[in-house]
Amino acid sequence: MRAANACLALLAVSLVFYFSFQHLAYHLRWSSIYPYRQMFLEGWLTTVGLSAAALICSTLIGLCSALAQGSRFLPLRYVGKIYVELVRGTPLLVQILILFYVVADAFGVQNRYLVGVLTLSFFSGAYISEIIRAGIESVGRSQWESARAIGLTRAQTYRYVVFPQALRQTLPPLAGQFVSLVKDSSLLSIIAIQEMTKSAEMINSRTFSTLECYLPLALGYLILTLPISLWTRQLEHRHRFET
Amino acid sequence: MDLRLRQIVKRFNGPLVLDGVSLSLDGARSLALVGPSGGGKSTLLRILGGLEHPDSGEVELDGQRVLFTEAALLRHRRTVGTVFQAFNLFPHLTALQNITLPLEKVHGRSTMQAQETARQLLARFHLETHADKRPADLSGGQRQRVAIARALSSKPRLLLFDEPTSALDPEMTSEVLDTILELREEGLDFILVTHEMGFARRVADQVAFLADGRIVEAGPSGPFFNAPAAPPTRAFLEKVLKY
Repeated sequence: MRAANACLALLAVSLVFYFSFQHLAYHLRWSSIYPYRQMFLEGWLTTVGLSAAALICSTLIGLCSALAQGSRFLPLRYVGKIYVELVRGTPLLVQILILFYVVADAFGVQNRYLVGVLTLSFFSGAYISEIIRAGIESVGRSQWESARAIGLTRAQTYRYVVFPQALRQTLPPLAGQFVSLVKDSSLLSIIAIQEMTKSAEMINSRTFSTLECYLPLALGYLILTLPISLWTRQLEHRHRFET
Repeated sequence: MDLRLRQIVKRFNGPLVLDGVSLSLDGARSLALVGPSGGGKSTLLRILGGLEHPDSGEVELDGQRVLFTEAALLRHRRTVGTVFQAFNLFPHLTALQNITLPLEKVHGRSTMQAQETARQLLARFHLETHADKRPADLSGGQRQRVAIARALSSKPRLLLFDEPTSALDPEMTSEVLDTILELREEGLDFILVTHEMGFARRVADQVAFLADGRIVEAGPSGPFFNAPAAPPTRAFLEKVLKY
């Protein structure tokens, strides 16, 4: 029954697109971009690499920032808050330009891929920090109290009581953030990192086959983002418990 | 237990919760703290459990002064067991894991030892068939008995009960009260905050009546219930024993 409903929904969506493309009366010429398949694949692999690295880095940064904001040491708390507000309040585009042309230049970092991963990590880390912080705060005072009563230290309380419970709360928004991160990596094309979007743009400028370039691009991102969604949903299921 | 409280004062951002509580007990087996809501019973119990520190005053347990530094309180909490009104079990862990967590992480037992101890305790409270259930799948009475098993697992010198039956319906209340009665017969020392006067009378050999942050009357439970001396105690007992 579920499968049937899913098929029905998929059919409806397909019909809308089918109608729209029919209406366009444009004949897709896949042959024009076929010679560039290697370039597209390389771009896709670069996107995979950038996203994977940034995913790990941003989770670590987000975790540190969330813990800093829960710290009893006030300056650390403020550093966390300032970081989150600054990054969330400014466009990623501006951050990429400033970090690449100003900060990285000043510190003598030449590798644009490294700068790209770091920028993306700092950007996404701010959102992840808030997601983790909300997850930590969703664990009630009584749990902290109970952990204290049985003699757990603060670190042990985080490790054995708070994090396992916060995880369940954070997984759905975290999945959304990871998906965004993969797509946001497309902005790195502006500092000449040849990832998937940049490849599509380059192929487009050579072949003038816009749709033929961007449709595979959408598919390329879906191949990355769908497994993330499915994987987190599975994790969510495994960590399900009633309170 | 030998218990000495000297002039304990506690404020919560303004309102005075404990206003100079003093009490001296030698060789008491069990103490019931009774009195109207907001009288300071639970706060006093939390101070005894090392979960709260007083603004001033001294606590001496079995000849040892309780120091109110974080490190000393952590050590203190590891030697007493606390049972809360709302059970405060960890919802992401099974009944068994709720008991083995402090044994392994706080008291350094091996996984095998911890599991054996936990299973013995669960069997003793007739919970062996529920070992692998999470708290959400247990009844209130079962949850509270798991919480008592957890508090007992590390062989504390003293058990503290903070209104252990307030969140339970009558049938489950008697389940939990029977358990506490059993513990008393085994010679375990405890301090109990309760609204169940009949039960206090039965299990406690000492009673202290707290109202408005002060101990109005304290002494052996027989005389306390049969012939309360202070007018506020009399008024309170008349009211709660009316029905």
